[in-house]
Formats: sequence, structure tokens, C-alpha cells
Amino acid sequence: MTLLSITDLTARYGDFQALFGVDIQLEPGETIAIIGANGAGKTTLMRAITGIVPPSGGSIRLQDRDLTRAPAPEILKAGIAMVPEGRRLFPSLTVEENLLIGGQKRQGNGFWTLARIHELFPILAERRHSPATALSGGQQQMVAIGRALMSNPEVLLCDELSLGLAPVVIKEIYASFPMIRQSGTAIIVVEQDIGQAMKVADRLYCMMEGRITLSGRPGDLSREAIHDAYFGVSHA
Amino acid sequence: MTQISNLTQSRSFSFALIALLAVVMALLPFFAPRAVVQDLFMILALTVLALNWNMLAGFAGLVSVGQQAFVGIGAYTAFAGVILYGLDPLTGVLIAGIVAMVLSIPVAFFTFRLNGAYFAIATWVVADILRLAFSQWKAVGGGTGTSLPKGTTKDMLGVQAIKDALDVSSAAAADTMLYWLVLALALVTLVASYMFLRSRMGLGLQAIRDNVNAARSVGVDPLRLKALVFLLTAFGTGICGALIFLQLGRITPNSAFAVTDWTAFVIFIVVIGGIGTLPGPIIGAVVFYILKRLLSDYGSVYLIVLGLIGIAIMLFARRGLWGMLKERTGFDLLPLSHRPPAAVQTTKEGALT
Amino acid sequence: MNWLDTLVQGLLLGGLYALFAAGLSLVFGVMRLVNLAHGDLIVLAAYLILMITTALGINPFLAALFALPVMFALGWVLQTYLLNRVLGEDILPPLLVTFGLSVVIQNVLLQGFTADSRKLAAGAIESQSLPLGPVTVGVMPLMTLVTAVLVIVVLNQVFYRTALGRAFRATSDDMVTVQLMGIQPQRVFAIATGIALVVATIAALFLGTRSNFDPSIGPARLLYAFEAVIIGGLGSLWGTLAGGLIIGVAQALGAAINPEWQILAGHIAFVAVLLVRPRGLFPRAND
Repeated sequence: MTLLSITDLTARYGDFQALFGVDIQLEPGETIAIIGANGAGKTTLMRAITGIVPPSGGSIRLQDRDLTRAPAPEILKAGIAMVPEGRRLFPSLTVEENLLIGGQKRQGNGFWTLARIHELFPILAERRHSPATALSGGQQQMVAIGRALMSNPEVLLCDELSLGLAPVVIKEIYASFPMIRQSGTAIIVVEQDIGQAMKVADRLYCMMEGRITLSGRPGDLSREAIHDAYFGVSHA
Repeated sequence: MTQISNLTQSRSFSFALIALLAVVMALLPFFAPRAVVQDLFMILALTVLALNWNMLAGFAGLVSVGQQAFVGIGAYTAFAGVILYGLDPLTGVLIAGIVAMVLSIPVAFFTFRLNGAYFAIATWVVADILRLAFSQWKAVGGGTGTSLPKGTTKDMLGVQAIKDALDVSSAAAADTMLYWLVLALALVTLVASYMFLRSRMGLGLQAIRDNVNAARSVGVDPLRLKALVFLLTAFGTGICGALIFLQLGRITPNSAFAVTDWTAFVIFIVVIGGIGTLPGPIIGAVVFYILKRLLSDYGSVYLIVLGLIGIAIMLFARRGLWGMLKERTGFDLLPLSHRPPAAVQTTKEGALT
Repeated sequence: MNWLDTLVQGLLLGGLYALFAAGLSLVFGVMRLVNLAHGDLIVLAAYLILMITTALGINPFLAALFALPVMFALGWVLQTYLLNRVLGEDILPPLLVTFGLSVVIQNVLLQGFTADSRKLAAGAIESQSLPLGPVTVGVMPLMTLVTAVLVIVVLNQVFYRTALGRAFRATSDDMVTVQLMGIQPQRVFAIATGIALVVATIAALFLGTRSNFDPSIGPARLLYAFEAVIIGGLGSLWGTLAGGLIIGVAQALGAAINPEWQILAGHIAFVAVLLVRPRGLFPRAND
């Protein structure tokens, strides 16, 4: 059974329509990547799924639950957690408190605990009492991932993990994915970095101007097709 | 095109309507009984205070809870001028405005250090400091206050002429004189507000209210403009305070610096009428007066009703009665072409930024 | 004039002001809301305790225990059905709504209880005093100060050591992201205002047992409380305690020179501190 199915989703900010009939399926245990240029609607899609921007049409279902217009806190409790773009850690909270607040309202199957997060990112154990914003960008990203995992979500959304980070740091962050996948969590990554997306994802969706323009397994998609779907230029 | 001509039409219509209203009100003392004139005096005085507070809170974003400071300063200045220096009350009124404006400079210097809600508290503290300080001024009665010498307003410039023309008692003539003065003050305040708001500075002020950074980038200095509004409204409020207490004839620190009478009522008048609109304070003053008369047999019940209406307006119709009327009919008196305070939803924020 | 005695009496008075201010400080720290009805809510709580005392014929301390949950519920309801609707970028609506609330509470109390001043009778403890070194202090004022310190300690513990406190701080940081943690800001705010009114009830107990009260005294208490909060630095609970003590000492010094100068001296201390330190004594780092 499909874990998360997004059907004909539309979203708008006032008069501006940001999503036009988006369809996405996520199977249990799967990792998918959504790629696209700035302004393609990727972040809006993440906000629509997590209930921060209520969709104006279509539907979002997690297994047999309709979450289309559920408020953000309900969606977290249903099992969808997000690592938001720009990390958005709580500056008044320490590293450990940032992690703890992630699991405050939902513990799920209880696989991810403070200890497991420390195992995944040992540096966070060392810096547990530092204010979250005193950490480096990469370490902050680790806190943001750990914070989302603490709710043991069925689906983990990662919005632009690599934004503003050095390549070596990005590699370190993505090195955590195998263990996350092992825990049974399905993942949706939003990336501008096509190479990184192709490496981690089982399937890719390409977005442009609020629409899905291409989807498929990384191996089945040619560079040209992805390039066209990404930039919208035709190689006729 | 049609919109522009509509605006011009509604503008000329507004001026005609206000001029007509002003003439009718000016002629009122010739046929209305003295009690009505006294009632109207108080409505007009509250309208003046409301117009001034609306400029501060509705346009300059300065939510002051301490405007009673300038009512009190104005009133005490006029009383001191008459009692201690034997000035004509009219001269006293003018000096009252000037003193209020001058004293508003140090007040602004202190209160402008605080933002938003804390500015409100700071103005309130300043007003309370002034109330307590004036309680120490023994020459004008200290904490128990004082009265104007008998016949002060009757000797006021012009009162004799009115007395002869209307063939009334000199007390009634003095009431008429003060009524005309406050009517003139209300008109001047209204016209001056209108002209100011449509001037380059006034448009800058409204730009600041809508977006501080945008205003700064087009060369408007928010602080200086706000300070200017603060000074000018202190002037108007001071003059009005002097007139009110000349009419009452008796002053105490608690009555001159009363937060309820000179600020709470005024805030409700503006909110009910429509904050950030020019006709709002006028509508609000009329509603306030009607409410007060209707509920006059029930003690302070009208205050409870007033508070509840104010809360309801903030919850359901932030542009007040005038905004509602405008929305229903599309008609605008004194159009300024700008928006009232935005209703920000907190339940679902639009974006993460 | 005995300087030491004045100082001690000022500190004891400051304890009461810190109690007035603690709830205000908490609410401001969590949701940046300035509640202009806080003083009147304290007075309302004092009348509630008075009613329970007379209805059940019990001691006001016991009556306050019954009043606490009632006031918590009132805070919860007030926040959920009124204040949450007007919180936002624009500071005008919450200011005007709480101002309206202040006028409504004052006049409802006036209708219900007349303008006569009342007092909570605490019995013999009111007149008891303790020799404390060279000065003698009243038991009630001492209890007030000790309670104020305890309230601040407990609020700090809640704020920094509990899941609720985490939610308070996180919501104050970022109202949107906190929803991604499954937390509803509106509910967090409702709990914060509930707690603020619990503290207001404790303040009311000491206000009512120490001195007379009538429906009109709320706004003056609000001013002292605000002065304490602003002097202390917005959002700092220990700062609020310090601010309360400073206002208390300033008032006691003013009163010692001339009884008419008590309130004025407190105001002047407030202005003086702000002229030197516009952000208060202990401003929170990330504000």
C-alpha cells in the first residue's frame, strides 16, 4: 500500500498560484527526491504537505488518513516530520532541548531516542548543552534532522539540506541516510543539487513552475531529459 | 478615470457637507438652550482629542495612553496664566498649546526610546508623573486643585459682544464663546489633519505605517515625522485641555490628568468610529454621546458597554463603524486612499520567513 | 530617618510589586503580549478571594487555593477566545482589546461591589512582626517577599527545566516552526496566560491582606508592574524581581522624604533607569 499519496495538489499565496495539480506517490521505505530550480514550487509543496500552507485543492493521504486540510501540529502527530529549509532551530533552546522538543508530541515506534541521535551524529552529544545557534551550519543541520527524527515519523521531509553548506559537510550529512532508511522511515528530499539527489533517491520528481515535469528512476532518466525538465529548455 | 472623478466628486461633496454642518453648529447657540450648547461643547472637545489621538495611533503608529498629560498641562497653564498672571483666558489658551508642545519635546525624548506597547506604558507613566508633580504646585491649589476667580470667563474677550447680540446672561454668553472656540478648534484640527495627511509628509507617514523599510528607502525619516506628529498633537491637545477646564471652571490634578476621561474615552471614540480614518473620530464621538445619554440612568454601565463595543470592533470590524459604512456603500468622506491597520492572522502563518 | 529600615521596608514592598509583575513578564516573554488589564485582573482575583472567604467563612490563604484554578481557567478562556484572535504583527488590536477589558473589569467590579474599599482579613498574622537584626519586619511583608522569590524560582524552573517551558521558549522564538513539532502555539499561549493569572491570584492575596483595595486601583498596580518588567529587561524573570525591588525601594525612599512623593519617586527611578539603559538591566540576548 502506498504510504503517502499526493493527488492533484494545488496551493496558492493569495492571488499567486504556486502549485498546479501535483501528483506524488511515496512507497514504504522509499526515498524520493524532488528537484527543481529556485521558485519551482518545491518548498511550497513541503509547506502544503506539513500544513503550514493549506492546499487549495487536491488531496494528501497518509496510508488511509486524509490529511489534506489538517493543521500542522496534527500532521506531525500523524507521522510526517520536516527538516525545514534554513534549519529553523530554536535559538533559545540548547542542542539537546531542540532534539527533545522534536519528540515532545510524538514518539512513534520509539526507535529514535536521544541516544540513537547521538549515535548518528556523535558531535551532538558533545555539544548537547550549547545554544543551538552556536553550532556550525553543518552541525545545525544535524540538529534539525535529529529534531525531526525524534518524533519517529513515517515520512521525513528534508527541504534543501545542502543549502549553504560546503561539499564535505553535505557528504557528512547525507552519510546519515542509510541509518535513517534502516529505521523504516520513508524520505522525501528536496534538492537543487541534481547529483546529490540522484545518489540518494530511489525515484526522482522534477518540478518546474509549480508542476511535476518529469518522474522516474534515476537510472532510467537521461541527463538531457532531466536538464529539460529542470530548466524548461527544449533540445529540439 | 471614473475613479478619479469619483474621488473628486466625493471630495467636493465632503467639503460641502462639512461646511454645512459647521454653519448649522455655529448658529446653534442662537436657538438652542444653554444645556445643549454645554453638551455639544463636551462632544466637540472629545472630538478634538479623538482627532489628535487618531493622528498619533491611527496614522503615526504611536499608541499613547498618556495624552491626558497634555490635557492637564494645557489646563494648568491656562489656569496659572489667568490666576497668577492675570492673563485674558484666550491668551492663556494659546500659551497652553505652546507650553504643551514645548513640554512634549522632553516627553518624546524619553518615550520614543521604547517601542510599540512599551511606548504606551511610558506615556502613561509620564502622565502620572505630571499629575503627581502638579499636585505639588501649591500656587494653583496643590492636590486639592483650585477654581477660576468668579467672572473670569465672563470678562473674556468677545463675551460682552455675544451677550449683547444674543441677549443672554453673561454665563451663557461665556458658554457660547467657549463653544464657538472649540467648534473652530475642531474644524481647524480636521482640516489641518486632512491637509497634513495628503501632503508629502502625511503620505510618508502612511507609508511608514504600512512598511517602515520601504518608507526609509524613499527618503522618509520615520522618527522625525513621528516626533513632528507627537509635537503637533500635543499642541492641539493642550489647547483643547485649556478650553475644557475654562468651561468647567475648576481644576484638580486628578481631573486634569484623568486617564479615563481624556484618554480611555478618546480611544474608544476613535476605535468605535474607525481608527486610521478621518471621519472615524467624529462618528465615534456622536456614538459615544448617544450611548452616554441612553445609559445615563445606569451609573457606569455605559463604560462596560463602551469597553465591550471597543473589544467587539477590534475582533470583528477593525475599521470601525466608518469602515463598515464605507465597505457597504462604497462612499468615502475625506478620502485619503490608504489602508487601515492590517488584520494579521496568527492561526496559520503564510510563510516560514 | 532610619535609612536601613527604609531600605528593608522598600525591599519588602518591592516583593509585592515583583508579584504584580511576574505574570506580566511571563506573558510578554512567551507571546510579546502587553496586557493592559493585568492590574484589573489582580483586583478581580482579590474580589474573588474575598467572595470565597465570606461565602465559606474561611481564611483568605485557604480561599486563595480555591481561587487559583478558577483564575487559571479564566486566563485560559481569555487567551483562547479573545487574545489569540488579536495577536499579530499589529500591536494596536491587542493593546486596545486589553485596554477595553481593563475598563470592563473595573466597571463590572464597581457595579458588583461598589466603590467601597475592602480588605482580606488574615487574622493575627497581620500585626505580627519579627526582629531581624537592627530592624523589625512585619511577618506579612516578609512572606510577600519570600513568596515573590519563590514564584520567580518556580517560574524559572518551569521555563528552563520542563517540557512546557521548552514549548514556551520555542513558541516565543518561532511560532511557525513550533507547529512542525506538533505544538499548537494558541494552546501554549493559553497555558501561559493561565499561569500568569495564577501568579496574579497570589499577588492579589498579598495585596488584599496588606492593604485596602477597591475596583479602581488596578491601573496603578499595572503601572508599577510594568515599570518592574521594563526596568528588569523584557523577558527576564530575575530581572523582573530586581525591577520590582528597585521600584519598591525608590517608593520607600520617596515616602520617607515626603509621603506625597512615594509614587513619584518610583516613576522617577523608572525613567532614570531607562535613560541610562533603554533595554533594562537584564535584557534577553536574542531579542
